[in-house]
Amino acid sequence: MKSFYVQAVLIIIALGLISCASSERGHDQAVEPTLQPIHEIPFPDPDPRVGLGAGLFDAEETIWNMKMLSTTPSPEDFIGSWNTDLAFKDNYAIQGSYNGFVIWDISNPEAPEVVVDFLCPASQSDVSVYGDLLFVSGEGLGGRLDCGTEGVPSAVSEDRLRGIRIFDISDIRNPQYISNVQTCRGSHTNSLLVDPNDDEYVYIYVSGSAPVRPDAELPGCSDAFPEDDPDSALFRIEVIQVPVANPEAARIVSSPRIFDDLEAPPTHGLAPEDLAEIERAREEGAFIAEVMGVERVISGGWLNQFLSQVAREEGRTTPTAADSLYLRENLQDMIDEMMASRGRGLDRGPNQCHDITLYPEVGLAGGACEGYGLLIDITDPANPFRLDAVADSNFAYWHSATFNNDGTTVIFTDEWGGGTQPKCRETDPMEWGANAIYSIEDGKMVFQSYFKMPAPQTNTENCVAHNGSLIPVPGRDIMVQGWYQGGVNIFDFTDAANPVEMAFHDRGPISAESLETAGSWSIYWYNGLLINSEIARGLDIFDMIPSEFITENEIAASKTVVLDYFNPQGQPMFHWPASFALVRAYMDQLERNRELDMQTLTRFRTELTRAERTNGSQRAQILTRLAEDFETAGPNSGNHDKLMKSAGVLMELAEI
Amino acid sequence: MKIRISFFKMVLFTALIWAGVSGCAASEQSAGNAQIEDSSAADAERARLESLYWERINASRTRYVQAEVDFMTDMIVHHAQALIMARLAPTNNASDRIQRLSARIINAQQDEIALMQKWLRDRNKPVPLVDFDGIVMKVVTENPDGTISGDEAGQSHSAGGAHGGSPVSRHNHDMLGMLTQDQLEELASVRGNRFDRIFLMYMIQHHEGAVHMVYELFAADGAGNDEEAYRLASDIYAEQVTEIEMMKLMLRDMGEQPPASILPNHNH
Repeated sequence: MKSFYVQAVLIIIALGLISCASSERGHDQAVEPTLQPIHEIPFPDPDPRVGLGAGLFDAEETIWNMKMLSTTPSPEDFIGSWNTDLAFKDNYAIQGSYNGFVIWDISNPEAPEVVVDFLCPASQSDVSVYGDLLFVSGEGLGGRLDCGTEGVPSAVSEDRLRGIRIFDISDIRNPQYISNVQTCRGSHTNSLLVDPNDDEYVYIYVSGSAPVRPDAELPGCSDAFPEDDPDSALFRIEVIQVPVANPEAARIVSSPRIFDDLEAPPTHGLAPEDLAEIERAREEGAFIAEVMGVERVISGGWLNQFLSQVAREEGRTTPTAADSLYLRENLQDMIDEMMASRGRGLDRGPNQCHDITLYPEVGLAGGACEGYGLLIDITDPANPFRLDAVADSNFAYWHSATFNNDGTTVIFTDEWGGGTQPKCRETDPMEWGANAIYSIEDGKMVFQSYFKMPAPQTNTENCVAHNGSLIPVPGRDIMVQGWYQGGVNIFDFTDAANPVEMAFHDRGPISAESLETAGSWSIYWYNGLLINSEIARGLDIFDMIPSEFITENEIAASKTVVLDYFNPQGQPMFHWPASFALVRAYMDQLERNRELDMQTLTRFRTELTRAERTNGSQRAQILTRLAEDFETAGPNSGNHDKLMKSAGVLMELAEI
Repeated sequence: MKIRISFFKMVLFTALIWAGVSGCAASEQSAGNAQIEDSSAADAERARLESLYWERINASRTRYVQAEVDFMTDMIVHHAQALIMARLAPTNNASDRIQRLSARIINAQQDEIALMQKWLRDRNKPVPLVDFDGIVMKVVTENPDGTISGDEAGQSHSAGGAHGGSPVSRHNHDMLGMLTQDQLEELASVRGNRFDRIFLMYMIQHHEGAVHMVYELFAADGAGNDEEAYRLASDIYAEQVTEIEMMKLMLRDMGEQPPASILPNHNH
């Protein structure tokens, strides 16, 4: 630990020097860049997250490149329960819990205050907000319609709530339970979709990962395969339409089967080399037949099964050459007959999604659906359809998705083991329980890299990739993420093939002897703060601090983004208002990435400072000239795009 | 006191960051004595909440039903057979893909066995301890008093297999999806591509058995009100359903039709 602190002190001193140097840059004509490309910055060694002492509220902690503003235990009724996901509205953080939900006033992030502790047990109680409405997921078997804490003693019961609870939070300090919508698999999580073209309704996509509940409890719930029952709850998500003015009338409007026919496209569509192989096999006399519309070589156990069937029908125990000939002529019919008779044995791909992240501004959703990551078109909110699907044998359980701001990259997390198991031990591969990062090219997902919190954890720390959000640093793709007892971290994935960890906070386990579920359920950026729902310990609030990985200007620019509300699975598009910080952030990035020579940058920075010190027409004049200089420098720079963007911001500033 | 040290570190750290970032002038910020005095009251409050935490965690472990105890007890043995099957992959020359799948199954199910054993131990129930001799499973019971009983060396735990008064599982002989000892021997005797295919066929069947057990559990009155049991069972359900799909994909990639589902329709 000691060496880390020495190192931290050195880094801080170095940072101090950097900030001194940069403020004096106008005077000396420094031509060497001081900001290092982030891939070249050394990582703390040894990693201070290894070997932290255990404890509930007194666990040993370590922090790197971020600052903790506060950590506050849950209110008394919620101690010993599990805190879950977070949603935000105005100056409030709404924290779900297996015991209900808690509302925190976070106006003073150094001392957040509990204003509501609403006891209403149901797991997982993941939350979403819209306007005056709060939506809470219920999936577990102990959730009651009347919010009672006694559980539900019968397997079939009219007291049980599995679905969505709806609260009126027009007076946020006094929420009213107004309605609910029951669903067949309950609601593990929920995703709130605001239709950009319709303000009368909002939509909730309900994903469930639990078994289908009995028909006797909720009529019409069926886990039969769709061949047997077209209304099966399998293979679909449920879309609830909520009339904003009349939320009591919320109802399920559609259950699109976005998973149907998944067997065809993802990893085993017939590629040219597959087709060539089938032709070769045909020439060699192999058995070929069409299975579900795709030609296949029929061999091995399956072929033997058919041969035996033919022989059996002829009263023989061992197939003969005649049986083989017969099979060759009748194989297709036999396969068709078998497929028709099987029904239930047909393969479908996944039949449920864990999370669906909705990004309405780009018309896309990322569905994390069992063994698949789905890219879904949501331009018509009531009728989503699938654009692409990827499967990955390194990925056990596709859990949630996060897009970058441009909608050109998507990150899927793999919640291997479900979040209660220690999947970050030294022996657990870095591809398992990690993030997988894909670029989106023409509606298709192209794999780029895996990223996992790199510090080995103990076997009493549940740890796997979990929830997080983008941080609106302009010009970069940066995400903050929770890893349960693996702590929280911040990483840059602007280069999707080479993500870089740039900050973290971690605690030791709850107990060194036994695995008690705890850690970060989710951490999200909300209006300049990083807010962490700690399962056992309450609410943590962090701030970003400048480091070798991010400058004060970039942080200042990120803080110009202000949201009215935020939901975990609804991704807002960030827009940065024109500001001096924004241009400076872009310039820092041009320096860091060696995209513009230092002499030009130094001149631009001096001019910008000069503009900031003046006002009125003089300022406008300097800014306009500077914008022209940016445009002129564009073609000779390494990032024409960023220079043009900066020029645009300068023009906007000139007009203010 | 750990908390004092970490609090001091935090303060020191914050001060350093402040000094480093804010600037060029030397800072003489002190750690703030008033805050340190406040911390003893905060310590007392946190100690109170900590004891409340453990009290409630312990109380939550008294609200289980017998169906949950049976589920954990049986699933440990069910999972253990998956370990036997998966451990054959490297020795029987399975393809890389199947070896990777097997490694995941071993990792996942070993952890789940540990979690289910903890669940039983936390509730003072007998805990099945499993061990293997090749493809033969040995199960003994760790009693709540710490003694070990029911040495069943050589006893096979499988569908239709001999079942000699196991102290730990009431009915593992009729667990859906369990392989017979003959089927295990068949799997152990094949190599390469043939192993891959038979492994997938049997593992799909085996996983479907686990899915069925989750449905059976949730059909029992009162089951799943214990959140740890609900979470464990629904995580196992989600994991196994996902792996079944992945294994079907693998079979189809090999030109094989996956086996017909052995799952009954549950919710009627």
